[in-house]
Amino acid sequence: MKLLFEKSIKGTSGHYVAPSDVPEYRLDTSLLRGKEPVLPELSENDLSRHYTQLEKRSFGVNDGFYPLGSCTMKYNPKINEVTSHLEGFTDVHPLQPDDTVKGCEEVIDLTKQALCEITGMDDMTLTPAAGAHGEFTGMMLIRKYHEKRGDSARTKVIVPDSSHGTNPATGTMNGFTVVSIPSTPDGYVDLDALRAAVGPDTAGLMLTNPNTLGLFDRNIKEITEIIHGAGGLCYYDGANLNPVMGISRPGDMGFDCVHLNLHKSFSTPHGGGGPGAGAVGCKEFLKEYLPEDFSEAEEGAKAKMEAHPDSVGKVRSFHGNFLVVVRALTYILSLGNEGIPAAAVQSVMNANYFKVLLSKKYHCAEPGLCMHEFVISMEEEHKEKGVSALDIAKGLLDEGVHPPTIYFPLIVHEALMPEPTDTESAATIEDAAEKFLRVYDKAMADPEAAHSWPLTTVIGRPDEVAAARRPHLRWEPDGEEEFGE
Amino acid sequence: MNTPKELKYSKTHEWLKEEADGTVTVGITDYAQDKLGSLVFINLPSEGDEVTEDESFCDVESVKADSDVMSPVSGTVEEVNSELEAEPEKLNEDPYGSWIAKIKPSAPAEGLMDADEYEEFCSKEDE
Repeated sequence: MKLLFEKSIKGTSGHYVAPSDVPEYRLDTSLLRGKEPVLPELSENDLSRHYTQLEKRSFGVNDGFYPLGSCTMKYNPKINEVTSHLEGFTDVHPLQPDDTVKGCEEVIDLTKQALCEITGMDDMTLTPAAGAHGEFTGMMLIRKYHEKRGDSARTKVIVPDSSHGTNPATGTMNGFTVVSIPSTPDGYVDLDALRAAVGPDTAGLMLTNPNTLGLFDRNIKEITEIIHGAGGLCYYDGANLNPVMGISRPGDMGFDCVHLNLHKSFSTPHGGGGPGAGAVGCKEFLKEYLPEDFSEAEEGAKAKMEAHPDSVGKVRSFHGNFLVVVRALTYILSLGNEGIPAAAVQSVMNANYFKVLLSKKYHCAEPGLCMHEFVISMEEEHKEKGVSALDIAKGLLDEGVHPPTIYFPLIVHEALMPEPTDTESAATIEDAAEKFLRVYDKAMADPEAAHSWPLTTVIGRPDEVAAARRPHLRWEPDGEEEFGE
Repeated sequence: MNTPKELKYSKTHEWLKEEADGTVTVGITDYAQDKLGSLVFINLPSEGDEVTEDESFCDVESVKADSDVMSPVSGTVEEVNSELEAEPEKLNEDPYGSWIAKIKPSAPAEGLMDADEYEEFCSKEDE
C-alpha cells in the first residue's frame, strides 16, 4: 500500500479555506521557515479512500475477539459516542467563563463522585492522560506527603514482581529506588520477603491487584498493614479494576492512593495510542497535594491557586482528556449500581470459562480460579518442540483473533495472557477457544510451519530484531534532506 | 551452552574475568543471552561509575523485555565497551568476547561460581 506522500499529485487540493474575515497578520521573518514543507497533495476522495483502506487493514474490538491481557479491550457502547459528541461538550473551550460550562463541570464532579464511591477514596483528579501518567501522579502525592513531613529518609518503593511493568518505571521516574520483591510459587506477594524489605526508608508500596497473573492477593489487608506499620503509604495500580469494580474497594483494603484507567474499565476506545484517562483517587490526607486542573489564564485562577498551595502542580493542561471522561460517566450511569458489579462478575466468569476450555491443551501458569485474566506458559512446548508463545500468537492472526499479550508477565516464561473481558458472549468464547486449540494442535504437529505464521495477513511475520535495531520510522522525500528548515 | 573454564559466574548470569592488572572484566553469559533473545539495545554504564555488587549497573533490551545487568563486584568502572552501543547483537553472537565493562574492584567479589558450579546452577534453573 502506498503512503499519502507517494500518492501525492502536485496541485491537487482537498481543502476549502473560507475567506479571512480578520485583518491579515504577518509573523516576524525570524519565525518563518526557510522553505515550504513537503506535504502530500490529494483530493478529498483519494484521501478518504486512503484512510478507509488503512481501516480495513486494522483490527479492533469491532472486528472480533480481542483478548489482550491487562488491556481490557471491552466493547465500547455506542451511547458513549452519542453523549461525547453533544455540542455542549465538543464545542467548548477551557478558558470560557465558568458560568457558560456548568454542564461540563457537572460531568467532572459527577464522575469524581462516582469513582470515589467505586474505589473508596475521598477525592479524585481526572487530569492525567492515561494509566502510567496516573501512576506517576499518584506517586507524586506520596512523595509530597513524605516531603511535607520532612521525612527525607523514605527513598524506597516496594514493587512485587507480579506488578505491571509501569510500576517500577513510575517509582524510578519519581526519584525513588525500586525494591522488587518476589512472589510465592502460587503467585501471591511473599509476606516474609515484604516484612524483610520494609523499614524507615520505605516510602511506599505499589501493588497491581488483581496482579498480572490474574490473582486477587488473598493477603491484601496484611500487605497494607505491613507497609503502614513501617510508615509507608500504599499505592493501588487499578488498571486491573475490571473484575473488582463495584465489589471490593482499594480504599477498604487499606490503600491511600489509586489510579484507574477510564479507557479500560469504563469502556472508551483505546489501543491506538490514546487518548486515555488515568483518574487518580486519594484519601482525605493526600487531597491537598492533588494536581491543579486549571490554567493561569482562566477566570479566578489566582484564587484557585491560593486555595491549593501544596498542590504538586500541573500534570496536564486544563482538564485532561475531557471527552474520555464524558464516555466513562456515560458508561457508569448506564450500568448503574447493579450493572457495574455485574460487569465485574461477568469478566471473571468469562475468564474462568475461557481458562477451563483452553486448559484442555494449554498449560496455565497458576491452577484453579482466576480473576479477569490468566497466564498460559508455552515453556514446555518450547523446550520440547520449539513452539513458542510468539508462534501461537501469530497463528491466531490467521484465525481472525487478536492474540493475547505475550511475554508478560516476565515471571512466567513463554507467557500468553488472555483477558476475554465481560462483553463477550459464551458463544464467542467457545468459538475463540476452538481456534486457540486448533492453533495449538497445528503448531505441535508441524513446528517448522508454525515459525512462518501468519500466512493470511497483509503483513506476514515482521523481523522484530531488524525493526528494533534498524528502525526506519518515516518517509523521506527524494533528494530532500529535511522537511523545510 | 558455552561455559569457559577460566571465568567466574554470578547467580544473575554475568561472567567475570580477573585480569593481571587487578581489574576485572564483566559481561553476560551464553545462558543469559540465550534466555533474553535477540538483543536490540544496551544502556552502558559510564567510566568512573561506582558500582555495587548485586546491584544493577547496566541494562539490556531484547525483543521480549528490558533486563538489568547486575554487577558481580563492587568497585569503579574503568572502561566500557562502547562498540556494543551500535551493535548490541554482539552480545548474542559472542557473549564472552563482548565484554561490557572493566571494573576496578574495591573489595573481592563474593559468592561467585566456577564453570562447573555454574553449569549445574543453570541446569537447575531450567527444571
